[in-house]
Amino acid sequence: MRVDLGDLGFDEGGHLLLKRGLRSLPAGGEVEVAGSHPDLDLHLGTWCRAEGHRIRPATAPGPGRIWIVARGRADAARLEGAVPAGHADASRPEAVAESPPATWGLAARGALVEAGGPAFGFPLDRRIEVWSDDAARLYAQAVAAQWDPATAVPWDARFDLPDEVEDAVVQVMTYLVENETAALVVPSRFVAQMHPHFREVMQLLAIQAADEARHIEVFTRRALLRRAAPGLSTAGGQASLKTLVEEPEFPIASFLLSVLGEGTFLILLRFLAQHAPDPVTEAVTRLAAQDEARHVAFGLSHLRRHVAEDPAYRGRLSDAVRRRHDALRHTAGLNSLVFDALLVIAAGAWDTAALRRGNQRVMALLRDMDAGRRASLERLGFSLEEAAELSGLHTRNFM
Amino acid sequence: MGAKPVVLGAVAYDAKVVTIWDGFQRWFQGRGLPFDYVLFSNYERQVESQFDGTIEVAWNSPLAWLQASRIAAALGRRAEAIAMRDSDCDLSSILLVRASSDLARLSDLKGKRVATGAPDSPQATLIPLGHLAAEGLAPGTDFEVVMFDRLAGKHGDHVGGERDAARALAKGEADAACILDANHLLFSQDGTLATGSVRVLGRTAPYDHCNFTVVGAPSPGIARFRELLLSMRYADPEVRALFDLEGLKEWRPGRTGGYATLAQAVDRFGTIDAFVASVASRCA
Repeated sequence: MRVDLGDLGFDEGGHLLLKRGLRSLPAGGEVEVAGSHPDLDLHLGTWCRAEGHRIRPATAPGPGRIWIVARGRADAARLEGAVPAGHADASRPEAVAESPPATWGLAARGALVEAGGPAFGFPLDRRIEVWSDDAARLYAQAVAAQWDPATAVPWDARFDLPDEVEDAVVQVMTYLVENETAALVVPSRFVAQMHPHFREVMQLLAIQAADEARHIEVFTRRALLRRAAPGLSTAGGQASLKTLVEEPEFPIASFLLSVLGEGTFLILLRFLAQHAPDPVTEAVTRLAAQDEARHVAFGLSHLRRHVAEDPAYRGRLSDAVRRRHDALRHTAGLNSLVFDALLVIAAGAWDTAALRRGNQRVMALLRDMDAGRRASLERLGFSLEEAAELSGLHTRNFM
Repeated sequence: MGAKPVVLGAVAYDAKVVTIWDGFQRWFQGRGLPFDYVLFSNYERQVESQFDGTIEVAWNSPLAWLQASRIAAALGRRAEAIAMRDSDCDLSSILLVRASSDLARLSDLKGKRVATGAPDSPQATLIPLGHLAAEGLAPGTDFEVVMFDRLAGKHGDHVGGERDAARALAKGEADAACILDANHLLFSQDGTLATGSVRVLGRTAPYDHCNFTVVGAPSPGIARFRELLLSMRYADPEVRALFDLEGLKEWRPGRTGGYATLAQAVDRFGTIDAFVASVASRCA
């Protein structure tokens, strides 16, 4: 084999031609190198020395000089022990490892990983705990469905609400902001613990956190649209959310937050969009509900997979609901200000008939939330009785 | 404490030296060889410490090898180079001038300014200045020597001095610069020297660089150290990381035929005579 560099120097990329020529040869295999660059003799010699190749001149110095380069063992030795980190296409068999090694680290799934790399500390490294075959599809949907808070919401719409109704909206927005903050913090914490081998799940959690960032933005902006400050944040509400933020196990946190919490929240947001007293409130709750539906879908998807592989895990999930219920037994649950605000929004007016109608709507909302939770629990394989019991134990704070 | 370890000396020319020798220590110990190392801030202290028994084997620069072998000879002992890197074999130094310069041959450097590395750098000072002297150009007399002294006592292991010399050439502060052959490509690729901005005016004969030096008959521990050293393979990921830091693909048996050029230069300049005499007299 012969590599002719022409007048290309090694300091201009000439080494790439020689590397390409050597690549197909076994160790000890030889290639003739020709070239006319004035520094070629110098650069060939020093490059081969550094790379572990051997070189000798085949002709005397002068124009048209030829060198013989014999491939060393080092460049091939670098790949000994290298392993492919699964396969890029998750749909292929064995593409996603059951328990990817810590030394695969940040490597793209499917990349060839050189042996001897550092071991990363990603504690969420078991497929059963995190994986969902729907993650890639949900991520693509999420990317396509991103909306711009600046243009998707009619911030300049003209409307005029009675002070009490505006106060009710502000109180509900205040409550929504702290709940969405919990929904941002929880996946953000787990995404940093997740083995990057589970790329699609990592991406989905990242965009989920970005969704929540937009929700926090629009709910805050709606709260401050006509008022100088948000409303009341209650000790009971924060105590309920703190149990979510501090849950150390990803599948359990996902169950409590995404399936039960956001599932309930989704129904609340749709309720608010339906009964919104103004177009801004309608838009922000409707848009947030679109995103929350995806979050619920992912939670259900990976947990269904999890309990299908490990049916006993259902016991852990139900224990988690009971444990959380016990922890919150002595807290107030949904604060009365939020409850009253929902009733005012659902009533839309202050006459007795409207208030009665509002109360009926809020009661129906609570029933819808319960039915939604029970349906989700049944999809995870809980019996009707278990689903009813666990739904009843869910936090009175909704999330 | 277990068996008496083989104690190696190395010069700390860079923070990575700790990583390298900590890594080799783990590797040797993992194969049953008790091994420890001592770092020195300069080669002269390391050479002395080999003769006072602090260290049994020294990872020596070529200049330190000459110092150790001459002290050993003065004491009636024998120094041996037991191993070296593949990349220590057949180096050369080059003299660069700007491509636009009208300097065409070494004799044209008469009356000019020649940039070099540290005073004790074999590759960037002693060997190229010896080469010029052999061509009839006495440093400091026939041309001005502009030394870029980074970390004296480290025998030019730190590339900073050579890089400063190359920069001085590029900026027109010197008419020529002396560097290791491999640094021409390195400085071109890292932007120290613009592509095509310099040309090679002269090149020295090949010479060898570092080696592991022992004095006197090697102990069983040293024999095992050498055996393990030569068994290291680049395919071993633990070894590969250390080889990449130390700049080699394999250890080779030591050879001493490649130090004659440096020996001629230090003889000409009297570089190490006083040090060799001083240590030899103290150890006699």
